[in-house]
Amino acid sequence: MKQIHDVLIIGAGVTGTMIARELSKYKLDTLIIDKSNDAGNLTSSANSAIIHSGYDPEPGTNKAKFNVLGNKMYPELVKDLDVPYVACGSLTVALEEEQLEILKQLEERSKINGVPVQLLNKEEVLKMEPNINPEVKGALYAPTAGVIDPFNLVIHAMENAIDNGVTFLRNHEVKGIKKENDYFVVNTNKEDLYARVVINAAGVKADKIAAMIEDIDWAITPRKGEYYLLDHYKEGLVNRTIFPLPSKKGKGILVSITSSGNYIVGPSSEFADPDDVSTDAPTLANIKASASLMVPSIPFKETIRVFSGLRATCTRHDFIVEPAKSERNFINVAGIESPGFVSAPAIAEYVVNELVKPVLTLEKNPNFNPRVKPYHRMHYLNEEEQLKAIKEDSDFGEIVCNCEHISLGEIKESLERSCPPVSIKGVKRRCRAGFGKCQGGFCQPKILLLLAKHYNVSPTEIPLNEDGSYIIDHLIKEAK
Amino acid sequence: MRQIDLVVIGSGAAGMAAAIEAKKNGINDLLILEKDEKLGGILNQCIHNGFGLTEFKEELTGPEYLQRFVDEVKRLEIPYKLNAQVIDLTKDKVLTYSSKEDGLVKLQAKAIIMATGCYERNAGAIMLPGDRCSGVITAGTAQRYLNINGLMVGKRVVILGSGDIGLIMARRLTLEGAKVLCVSEIMPYSAGLNRNIQQCLIDYDIPLYLSRTVSKVVGKDRLEKVVLSAVDENLQIIPGTEMEFECDTLILSVGLIPYVSLLNYIDCPISSTKGAVVNQYMETMIPGIFTAGNCLHVHDVVDFVSQEARLAGRSAALYLKNEIDNNEKKIPIKPGNNISYVIPQFVLENSVDDITFKFRVRKPLKDQVVMIRSGDIVLGKVVKPALIPSEMVMVNLSKDKLQEVKDEIVISVEDR
Repeated sequence: MKQIHDVLIIGAGVTGTMIARELSKYKLDTLIIDKSNDAGNLTSSANSAIIHSGYDPEPGTNKAKFNVLGNKMYPELVKDLDVPYVACGSLTVALEEEQLEILKQLEERSKINGVPVQLLNKEEVLKMEPNINPEVKGALYAPTAGVIDPFNLVIHAMENAIDNGVTFLRNHEVKGIKKENDYFVVNTNKEDLYARVVINAAGVKADKIAAMIEDIDWAITPRKGEYYLLDHYKEGLVNRTIFPLPSKKGKGILVSITSSGNYIVGPSSEFADPDDVSTDAPTLANIKASASLMVPSIPFKETIRVFSGLRATCTRHDFIVEPAKSERNFINVAGIESPGFVSAPAIAEYVVNELVKPVLTLEKNPNFNPRVKPYHRMHYLNEEEQLKAIKEDSDFGEIVCNCEHISLGEIKESLERSCPPVSIKGVKRRCRAGFGKCQGGFCQPKILLLLAKHYNVSPTEIPLNEDGSYIIDHLIKEAK
Repeated sequence: MRQIDLVVIGSGAAGMAAAIEAKKNGINDLLILEKDEKLGGILNQCIHNGFGLTEFKEELTGPEYLQRFVDEVKRLEIPYKLNAQVIDLTKDKVLTYSSKEDGLVKLQAKAIIMATGCYERNAGAIMLPGDRCSGVITAGTAQRYLNINGLMVGKRVVILGSGDIGLIMARRLTLEGAKVLCVSEIMPYSAGLNRNIQQCLIDYDIPLYLSRTVSKVVGKDRLEKVVLSAVDENLQIIPGTEMEFECDTLILSVGLIPYVSLLNYIDCPISSTKGAVVNQYMETMIPGIFTAGNCLHVHDVVDFVSQEARLAGRSAALYLKNEIDNNEKKIPIKPGNNISYVIPQFVLENSVDDITFKFRVRKPLKDQVVMIRSGDIVLGKVVKPALIPSEMVMVNLSKDKLQEVKDEIVISVEDR
């Protein structure tokens, strides 16, 4: 017998998972699917992880509206979802005299958007950020910007939604959608799925999904951004997010701390194929040159990883958050490029309150709990808390990841959650194991065997990332 | 908090040798901390032979070599902790380790020997261009999977980098049934020992391509193809020289880096080797903290790691008996012509022993003389018929010669 769900969300990135969580506040049968084997595996896992203040988007746009609303939601959201977040603020710097005029325009724009900012002179900038190019002429300081752990945010939102009744199906790729009676039939690479309302949060493929329902007058033209990730080390390079002046291509190549105390430099911005997340030497060299203009002393020798992600840039140059023209039960949430992370919770509220409510009866879920069960992060605990955790479970004393000091207990804890990891990267994104300078050189074999044991499968079945990205080809003898 | 004379961090070729030597020099209150589940460190996975030629005058495998030290540790009743990871260290030598068995333990040490080995440069550190698929793995990790866990990482293999682990893995994977298509080296000469080129590549007809590197990694989920390109003298890729290899595995053997996170916590000065700056006693700039082995500088031969660690062990004993005076005049040691680094980076003037300088040359050289100079004064010279970057060079200087030194000592390699 076919089960007709109330809502089916396509795509478990930051937008999809935030919508799922918002829907879990109501008594609804909600399903969220993703073609990946995990939540937040694509664009949401490869971006700058900035919670933007909202000084940049053009007033009146969806980007401006949701950015400013979303920014205000974060302090509470990160507590509820137990996500590492640093409210560090951002500086947008002018390196030439003529650019000061543009800073003033940005200040004006900030006022219209309702974003607190402050214009700083050269001395003030260098006092806050001594490693900025001493030729700096001034900067726009936005104290409400922050940096977040992007992996934890999406996975914990997913987990919280699941805990509140949502169903998450991994490895489900949509092949076709059609309306039958008062519901949609969604064909996937696996089974057919049925739902009264479909929400398209399919990221760089959102135009393909939208076009399954009707002709659309917009398209996603993905733009790739390449990055350097530097190790965390003691000397402070920068204390917040440093932007150049924005251009048509985006907010430019930034230099920022991350929520884990690493440094990130990037992104580039070039149109790319929707599956292309490769890196290349010329682009990385350009990033290096550009970033070094702002912060001359970036120690690129501390690079532990280079990576790239795709922005779901839309030809409409704004977020699309609206029903299909011909079908109000089919909601497109598309073109969510920067400032997507900060906007996601506000978009989710809008989608549920303004677009789902008119087509479905929403009754409060009395059991909704906004909080995830707190995670043990040994590195962040004080000594007393660490001792308590180890006393309760000695696995918290056994260090698996030497670089980041991640314990066996933390990895096992992630496996017991409602949205557990299935891959090496799944563990890395949840626990930070393998995130350090050796990039899993020492701990990957241990984690791979732990996953194989946990799921009771052969080590050949454990992927690095997506299913198919196996690490072990075959066994030469019975593994331990 | 427990007070202790000496803590040795790491139980590989360096850690055990250091602890044994300290014990033999009268230090009884000591402890070895090992992060893994058994003593021996990386030697446990080095099941090939070639170890011990200097130390024991015979050819041993890694596990055989380390067992000699394990036996000695046990005979001397040197205490050790397994599965014990040091997670914090202060300048006052308070260290914290974490283990399942003991939980969090703080120790106030009078002296510490860092013997934490090295880690492998990986795809991120070399900014490997192309896709982020699986099947790209460092040589040491592949070695651990194979030799410890019995797990093969692939069938058709390209190896980037001709360092010794890469060469050893070329042979090991071949013996285990994989097809190793080639080894690619960005430099115009190999980074590995000559004996390994012969025994691991030539004997198995595995081609070695010099002045070539990976210009692209291709693969959706698992590696499908590697593109190699020639490089010019500035190591820049030359377009139009691509060679494509269909393969499922790319082994990276692109260098080892001393693993010294703990020293970064205490702002211990670090040298160009990425290990600590040390004096002739293998003592860092922080009095009472010693270091030796691959966490100081990456060695070519394990026997020399053990030798160096014995010096650190003996020095720690001297330090604990107040027989080293850190306040003596420091003489800087500078690498001169053709030399990339010298260990130690400085010496204390009144040395207990003669001094051994260790260094590597920047490029292969023939008919050279190593000159030890201070200003115009020649303190020593040693003729070397051939020098290659993959081999560590050692030259000795009598301690009496230090009295002739003016400001600094420069070691250089020059044509004869």
